[in-house]
Amino acid sequence: MDYKRRHMIKIGTVISLMASTGLISFAQANEWNKAAFDGKSLDDVLKALGSASAEKSASITLNAPDIAENGAVVPVGISTTLPASQLAILVEKNPNVLAAQFTILEGAQAFVTTRVKMSQSSNVYALVKADGKWFVTSKEIKVTLGGCGG
Amino acid sequence: MADPMRVRAVENGGVVDVKILMKHDMETGQRKDASGKVIAAWHIANIVAKINNKEVFKGEFGTAVSKDPFLNFKFKGGAKGEEVVITWIDNKGDTRTDKTIIA
Repeated sequence: MDYKRRHMIKIGTVISLMASTGLISFAQANEWNKAAFDGKSLDDVLKALGSASAEKSASITLNAPDIAENGAVVPVGISTTLPASQLAILVEKNPNVLAAQFTILEGAQAFVTTRVKMSQSSNVYALVKADGKWFVTSKEIKVTLGGCGG
Repeated sequence: MADPMRVRAVENGGVVDVKILMKHDMETGQRKDASGKVIAAWHIANIVAKINNKEVFKGEFGTAVSKDPFLNFKFKGGAKGEEVVITWIDNKGDTRTDKTIIA
């Protein structure tokens, strides 16, 4: 009787440990849009974000240098007057086009700045989701030293 | 927990400007080590910023965000003295939470 109970407790512990490690992929457990981050083109990423296309908009400002000396650290920012709920930074010629995306919740402004890696000179896209529609603007950034370490 | 991040939040005219410098190698998964083996992708994946326990800004990073990620965002509705809490989690499940008082 005693032996059986101890055995069941042991099995139970092992199973719960197994269940809490790695059975659910990280992406599923944490709302990380794997499909979008795997996208190899602007269209791939848009599709993964739930849209067929993005309309060009003059109301989005892409704050980024014309020339980046170090492709490993390129400061890129998005600001817009559109009522944005989501922002995304894409680097066209990177192995994976989507660099980062952001969710603007109540109170936050339609503004973000971060630093991204660019493997080579490329167009950089700023995507903005406003009122359920995606808008885009782009800028070419020249890179003198590529940033993926390859 | 991983290395601490530096968080600064300054309120001006009703808008809180938050700047964060996270400490993370952000491996792209493209590099090879000395023996020619690919170094696996290791990067911060999710960031959440909260004010008064309410989420105000979220971010998802891919491998193309630079090493030691910098993030700057702004929001309305925070007052000097209140606490902004930032949490990140990486693709290996490691996590880090840091907070700052709005100045």
